[in-house]
Amino acid sequence: MERTGKKKRKTFTRRDFLKSLGGGAVGVGVASKVLGKESVLPQAGPGDPEIFSRKKISLTVNGKSLSLEVDADETLLQVLRDKLQLTGTKRTCNRGECGGCTVLLNGTPVYSCHMLALQADGGEILSVEGLAKGDKLHPVQQAFIDKDAYQCGFCTPGFIMASVALLNKTKTPSPEDIRAALAGNLCRCGNYQKIYEAVSSASETMRRA
Amino acid sequence: MKNRNPIDSSSLEYIELAKIQGTQTKPEKPAAPAEGFKYIGKATPRVDGKKIVTGAARYTHDLSFEGMLYGKVLRSPHACADVVSIDLGPALNYPGVKAAIKLKEGRVKWAGEQVAAVAAVDEQTAEEALKLIKAEYKVLPHVVSVDKAMAQGAPQVQDTGNVQELNKSNRGDVEKGFKEADLVFEQTYVTNWEVHQTAETHSSIAKWDGENLTVWDSTQAVMGVRDGLARALNMPASRVKVIKTYMGGGFGSKLGVQDFTVAAARLALETGRPVKIVLTRRESSYCVGYRPSSRITIKGGVKKDGTLTALSMKNYNSGGTGRGDGCAEPVVDVYKCPNVKVEEYSVFVNTCASRPTRAPGHVQGTFALEGFLEELAAKLNMDPLELRMKNYSIKNAGDTGIPYSTKGLEKCYKQGAEKIGWASRNKKPGGGAGKIKRGIGMASQIWWGSGVPGTLADLKIYRDGSVDVECGTQDIGCGTRTHIALVAADTLTLEPKDITVKIGNSDYPWAPNSGGSQTTPSVAPAVRDAALKAVEYLKQMASKKLNAPPAEIVLENRRFVVKSDPAKGLDFNEVVKDLRRPAVFHGERSSFPATFAFNSFGAHFAEVEVDTETGKIKVKKVVAAHDIGRVINRLTAESQVIGAITQGLSAALFEEKIMDHETGSMVNPNFHDYKVATSMDIPEMVPVFVDVIDDRLNNLGAKGLGEPPRIPASAAIANAVFNAIGVHPREIPMTPAKVLQALKRKEAKS
Repeated sequence: MERTGKKKRKTFTRRDFLKSLGGGAVGVGVASKVLGKESVLPQAGPGDPEIFSRKKISLTVNGKSLSLEVDADETLLQVLRDKLQLTGTKRTCNRGECGGCTVLLNGTPVYSCHMLALQADGGEILSVEGLAKGDKLHPVQQAFIDKDAYQCGFCTPGFIMASVALLNKTKTPSPEDIRAALAGNLCRCGNYQKIYEAVSSASETMRRA
Repeated sequence: MKNRNPIDSSSLEYIELAKIQGTQTKPEKPAAPAEGFKYIGKATPRVDGKKIVTGAARYTHDLSFEGMLYGKVLRSPHACADVVSIDLGPALNYPGVKAAIKLKEGRVKWAGEQVAAVAAVDEQTAEEALKLIKAEYKVLPHVVSVDKAMAQGAPQVQDTGNVQELNKSNRGDVEKGFKEADLVFEQTYVTNWEVHQTAETHSSIAKWDGENLTVWDSTQAVMGVRDGLARALNMPASRVKVIKTYMGGGFGSKLGVQDFTVAAARLALETGRPVKIVLTRRESSYCVGYRPSSRITIKGGVKKDGTLTALSMKNYNSGGTGRGDGCAEPVVDVYKCPNVKVEEYSVFVNTCASRPTRAPGHVQGTFALEGFLEELAAKLNMDPLELRMKNYSIKNAGDTGIPYSTKGLEKCYKQGAEKIGWASRNKKPGGGAGKIKRGIGMASQIWWGSGVPGTLADLKIYRDGSVDVECGTQDIGCGTRTHIALVAADTLTLEPKDITVKIGNSDYPWAPNSGGSQTTPSVAPAVRDAALKAVEYLKQMASKKLNAPPAEIVLENRRFVVKSDPAKGLDFNEVVKDLRRPAVFHGERSSFPATFAFNSFGAHFAEVEVDTETGKIKVKKVVAAHDIGRVINRLTAESQVIGAITQGLSAALFEEKIMDHETGSMVNPNFHDYKVATSMDIPEMVPVFVDVIDDRLNNLGAKGLGEPPRIPASAAIANAVFNAIGVHPREIPMTPAKVLQALKRKEAKS
């Protein structure tokens, strides 16, 4: 590893910490959650730099148990993409606004760009790479292909994960359920109608199975 | 050159070259009959679908190389300033930084312009290092408002005045036309800056190997980027290779080389290591262009029966520090009108230069023209569709030019009107009762999209029966990989999965940039040509083995059969195994006759509900009927249309790049503040293809589809709003505030 200025730095202020979250729409909400009572992190006080040093965490990613060292300001997205080379999960806005980085954490869809890796400690992550069973695609994946529910495909992993989360919970979603479940994901190519069709068709397949 | 798309300069250069060499004189081959196809024209899932849904499709964002560095660009915080000095020293001394370069001398003309760049071992280090660069500026007055830039004494943006002539044309005598009219009406329509906001932000990786440069780029134009890089770096194009794997949306903003890509190449040269630059969402919002704004005033003269006698159009458009879009084509071309006068001006302001944005010029021109016709129809107390049919043209240039080779617009009108329930619209705009008012409107569309002659594709057949196609085109999300596989498979009577498609590499045979709706009508005919040549060659081989003349051999279901004796035949593989070596067949997209005009057409029909208390518009349904010649793949074609409606709706209701006049910066460079349509805004959409095959255009009779459905989408929705509330908002985005203002205008009048 080459030496960088970042690693040399001794202090990490609350302000830096908030900045590292990206300052997006829900930045304040998430940060207060992290820094507040429900936080997985110990309370940080001024002049307490060790709080933000590297930490060891354990994650189960797509069924594999892993133990890895992460920086305190590293997002779950960074860990997935840069450390684990799981590049199916995309960095699109990097501030919790578009859902391109959606993965499932203990079955719940989360924006991995807007969550610290530390917050996921001990959790089970499912990313788009972990959906298929060998050559057998998940019904949602197959339906996205059959209905052409994508164009450039960049937002697709996020949409697929959000759809899987919906169908795991709701066996027979109404059109409104589908819209609402996908309201946190942006498809700039605008293929929403086909995405609805795919989710609806996948739900039928899953009910039959 | 009316049929050539104006935005692809590299294709124009190519055509000029081809003319000199005299290679563009091949006779036309008629298009094959539809019934011969198993896949073309049907709905086939993408050949690379599995890669996309499993996350295996690798985008430029996803690529990395041994020893790769990360680049970041320092951008001017000032909208206008002279760079006094740049001190890179502190950044260079920062641990982990491997190089820092200056990118600007003299004047920066917009907030966000490149000033310097660094390369470091990771992104965060590069980001930190940017803060250490000491750039001193002499700040100068700026202007980011189009109105203010047009005023006397405004800060001058370029070396010329802020208002420059862009386009002027004249046909017939408009003054005479106005005199002949029973009614003369004038109105102004405004469109604002719309940002591409591609899902994958702009990104490049540059890697040198001795004197050869390879660049992986999120681009719509591997050939264009290659040529642009060679020019910028003053090196031979033959030593530059550009590769595009998968890319996450372009919409015009990824045509040609980006300035940061050149910076990446320079940083890579200096460090001897690969350098990757990925723009942030913020940078992608304010540094890579947008659709130019327009303020179009149309004055039209019309007879009582709806016959247009004259149209004059004046446009003040702004592409920031760029020239912006000419928007006159719909006014000049689509309706029958003998007298047309156009004056268009660019207004320079201190923002980044606009870029082509899905159907440049046509979106703005169509919003104005179609809004004008809708209002004109109301003034004449005439059905708006009837007004359009009254002025239907069969020749270009408003029925004064050469005949359209095919024009299926009338079919689009008929099928679209039927599917939206045209008869149920308000006969009198705003005539409905209640506070939530329903309305139906429509708009017409014209575009080029006939493809570029000279596009090449190589089809190679290996001795084991496998087949690949190499073409220097790129799949920007439209399904080009699949289209190539379908055309090759159908022609060789194989299956799409049998075809290995190799695209997205500037070393492959030449193809134009993927812009202007020209990819499919350029590439598909070239592939078809190559495959037809392969079939002829293989028939010769089969004829020898079968002891029958080649004319007697037919290819059916991957089998060469003797026509008179169908029992006698050889499998495809049995024939090709006798090849001495893999056989390459060169295909080329041939020219089309200059005596016809080739355009695509379409019409959108929208149904909306407008809450007259809140000003909120809800789009309920859009029917989009299109004449794009032969549809290659119905499944991907539908996606194109559906996506374009979404984008048109998004621009009509939400999208606007907003500038802070004091600082000259964009105030909404993210997805939270720059509003785009989401899942909750989507109406029912009905794509319709009228299937008018254009035999003269190319060997498949196919036109392009990328742009067409984007063109009338916003206009049709605005016209539906007019039909609902009886007053036209005349500006997009039609925010609730603007709708309420429009309603006020109506109140004031009555």
